[in-house]
Amino acid sequence: MREIALHLMDIAENSVAADSRNIRMDVLEDLQADSLKVSVTDDGRGMDGETAKRVLDPFYTTRTTRKVGLGIPLLKLAAEQSGGDLRLETETGKGTHIEASFRHSHIDRMPLGDVSTTFLTLLISYPHIHWVFKYRMTEKDGSTKSFELDDEEIKSALGDIPMTEPDVLKILRGTIEEGIEALAPQFEY
Amino acid sequence: MPAIKSLEELKRVREEALAKKNMKAAPGQIQVIVAMGTCGIAAGARDTMKSILNFIETENLSGVTVTQTGCMGLCEQEPIVQVVVGDTAKVTYGKVNAEVAGQIMKQHIQHGTPLKDHVLPL
Repeated sequence: MREIALHLMDIAENSVAADSRNIRMDVLEDLQADSLKVSVTDDGRGMDGETAKRVLDPFYTTRTTRKVGLGIPLLKLAAEQSGGDLRLETETGKGTHIEASFRHSHIDRMPLGDVSTTFLTLLISYPHIHWVFKYRMTEKDGSTKSFELDDEEIKSALGDIPMTEPDVLKILRGTIEEGIEALAPQFEY
Repeated sequence: MPAIKSLEELKRVREEALAKKNMKAAPGQIQVIVAMGTCGIAAGARDTMKSILNFIETENLSGVTVTQTGCMGLCEQEPIVQVVVGDTAKVTYGKVNAEVAGQIMKQHIQHGTPLKDHVLPL
């Protein structure tokens, strides 16, 4: 995988598969602290201690179609290669929180990639899930801007109109893309 | 923050749709399913998905449901896309990059002819 945004999408798929009803995704870019943190928090079925240990092993998977899992170990590797780490908190029946941190300026840090497309495709593909997406940017001078999208208002405004209707799609894509573009730092560092 | 403007626009879209009654939720009419397991994502499934959504937007294509599924056990054929039109049998496509996705949308969804070259014999 070439982007952190793709990893986020992959981790979110696990949350969907765990029958979550609420999934929250956070991207926290902090240029002042030289850190980048991404996390996915769900209220799905969670994991017991033994399983939680085993998901970090690339050769563990619950799937029956092939013998390797890879998703979480790949993200862990990407984080560790750039001076960061991966934290996993989970409890059976309560949910799971996965957070990967990176040193922002590390030469081996994977690019963040296309966060808007990750947000948009998850929002549209799983309409039965309540999504909250947040992207916060702290610039070198400490000033902070953020974009947050809680899909509840959107869904109540739409009623029974599917999100894949072209006019709806256009508004959603525009809102997410413009919201995230507006966070770009004023100066390149 | 999702601008209030967007919410108002969405409400307007809904009102217009209800007035025209041509955008009633019609689940299952045309369904496009993109496999998004780790293997699919690594093979470029998000670009495939983006291309499908772009097509719907630019062609103003109504009545298509787009969803995702996990790994189907055919990782070497990823990105995989499945198309279900009405009551006809599900068609599964392999190695669907962004360009092929556009062709599937045009030929299969818009014109009703499956794209034979990319159909997986299941």
